[in-house]
Amino acid sequence: MKVAVCVKQIPDPADPGAMNPETKTLKRDVKLILDESDSYGVEMALQLVGEDGEVVLISMVPNNERNGLNNALAMGADSAILVSDDALAGSDALSTAKVLAAAIQRTEPDLVLAATESSDGYTGTVPEQVAELLGLPSVTFAKEVTIDSGNVAVKRQTEDGYDEVDCPLPALVSVTAGVVEPRYPSFKGIMAAKSKPVEELTLADLGIETSTVGWAGGRQEIVSIEPAPEREAGEIIEDEGDGHERIVAFLQEMKVI
Amino acid sequence: MANIWVHAETSGGVVSTITLELLAKARDLGEVTAFHAGADAEQVAAELGAHGATRILTTGDLDNGLPGPALASAVAAKASEESPDAILFGTTYGGRDVAGRLSVKMDAPVITNIVDLLDTDGLTGVEPVFGGTTNVKTRFTGEMPGIFLVRPKSFNAEAAGGDAATVEIMAVPDLGATGLAKVTNRFVEESDGPKLDEAGIVVSGGRGLGEADNFQMIEDLAGKLGGAAGASRAIVDAGWVPYSYQVGQTGKVVKPDVYIAAGISGATQHMVGMKGSKTIIAINKDPEAPIFSIADLGIVGDVHKVLPALLEAIGD
Ligand SMILES: Cc1cc2nc3c(=O)[nH]c(=O)nc-3n(C[C@H](O)[C@H](O)[C@H](O)COP(=O)(O)OP(=O)(O)OC[C@H]3O[C@@H](n4cnc5c(N)ncnc54)[C@H](O)[C@@H]3O)c2cc1C
Ligand SMILES: Nc1ncnc2c1ncn2[C@@H]1O[C@H](COP(=O)(O)O)[C@@H](O)[C@H]1O
Repeated sequence: MKVAVCVKQIPDPADPGAMNPETKTLKRDVKLILDESDSYGVEMALQLVGEDGEVVLISMVPNNERNGLNNALAMGADSAILVSDDALAGSDALSTAKVLAAAIQRTEPDLVLAATESSDGYTGTVPEQVAELLGLPSVTFAKEVTIDSGNVAVKRQTEDGYDEVDCPLPALVSVTAGVVEPRYPSFKGIMAAKSKPVEELTLADLGIETSTVGWAGGRQEIVSIEPAPEREAGEIIEDEGDGHERIVAFLQEMKVI
Repeated sequence: MANIWVHAETSGGVVSTITLELLAKARDLGEVTAFHAGADAEQVAAELGAHGATRILTTGDLDNGLPGPALASAVAAKASEESPDAILFGTTYGGRDVAGRLSVKMDAPVITNIVDLLDTDGLTGVEPVFGGTTNVKTRFTGEMPGIFLVRPKSFNAEAAGGDAATVEIMAVPDLGATGLAKVTNRFVEESDGPKLDEAGIVVSGGRGLGEADNFQMIEDLAGKLGGAAGASRAIVDAGWVPYSYQVGQTGKVVKPDVYIAAGISGATQHMVGMKGSKTIIAINKDPEAPIFSIADLGIVGDVHKVLPALLEAIGD
């Protein structure tokens, strides 16, 4: 069994950077890391394929950056496809999905995994777009995934509980955060990652027209970037045994009690 | 007049709140068509009409198929005939699925995480970034209907008193492999009291509670105040409470009259889900906690002291 996992490499969310108001893009001059959201997909893939399966990582990133990819390889993934191209600057979710789908197609996986949403973009649309581009069925928001004789069974998060969904392979599944415990790479894993195959591709390699992706493919423009109206901080007091009384008074004023 | 299409999410004849929110905005922008997957179009026609939709386009029953591929295919076909100006979805499990598939079918991009829509020189979406400190306004430049994914609680759901919407069945094209995912079972997690995203009062707990058992204080306080209990992701990930409790970017958006945050630091991803509350009370032992920057009343103190005292003071 072969599983392809989409892994996004992002600036550390602890240090999110800022918007550049001139170019209207995120300033990204820091080293990229593996999006934590995708570490669950990598872990799940490793668990699903077991000993004799194969896990291929798919990542689109500026400048062939691979710091985050190395982390996922060190966790145990077998190989990776890395797509970089200057024409991809400004790519929105649809452009990204076109690139990921073309890269995934080369590997002919039984299952494609992605996270339900990325930490920095959180459009939450890329996985479903990839599935549609590949002509695959999909189950999004998975909190439990099992594979059995050519079928994937998923517990899918819903607004008020969950659904059990059955789907024949090949298929795409997007996984929610926290559903498995991502392993830490071992020292051996980190060393092994250095010699694992990483195929570096451009748009031309994938046969994608530059006019259909990036800024041109987005067909949208940012009109403005403005500070949001601030919410004023109110009264902050130190609890000296009377904190609860202040809350009670506040709730009474609000006519809650 | 602009033609605005709105994704109507229903379940057994009940229209979801976010659908009503979208309709409230859509009817200000133009003539509204709702599109829908399921067997209950006739049942919801009056309510959708009262909220501003003149027509429902429905796939009818999908025989337990997930709605994404079927509804997207049917709507794409219909939209190519009628060229709507904008197609609106709520940021929900189903909404994202349909919007993603539709975007590919129509080769049209999606603008996501919208909290407002401005009708200036073409529809413009407003997206908050960096935990709501910055607003980015984006508009489409191409020749296609703009697809917008709108966050819950962006607009006020209010009936406008129109006639029942007319119901029109859409043909669902052959879905091939994409239609093969089937729901075999549905589980509803019961909870008493008001729903988290509809409650007038929300009491949320975070990692500062120390351990899972202490969440009972949050439940008790929410119960006494007639509100709902919520949580930060830290304690959802830790398994103290189910995901359905989570408030924030990847959880629920809440806008109660009073939001009480106990032992929550106020990470941007949490604040984005509760910043719109009318008033905010925060209890945290760290005076530097970011949550205090948006609190109307901040108590610098220990939740293990303040919460029990508060529970006792409120009584039954
Ligand atoms: C992509 C992404 C999406 C996310 N989505 C969400 C989301 O939807 N919702 C969400 O909540 N988070 C989300 N997060 C996580 C978020 O970044 C924070 O990690 C999380 O909100 C922290 O939860 P917390 O405030 O409970 O814990 P902490 O940040 O650990 O804060 C605990 C607080 O409790 C205080 N405290 C400790 N002991 C006491 C005591 N005895 N009395 C009083 N106070 C005490 C501490 O001073 C501290 O401020 C997301 C993160 C990412 C990367
Ligand atoms: N540039 C990328 N490279 C690899 N995977 C990606 C990329 N962008 C998005 N994805 C995948 O799609 C998921 C959802 O992303 P998004 O739609 O941006 O929220 C991510 O969590 C990844 O699994």
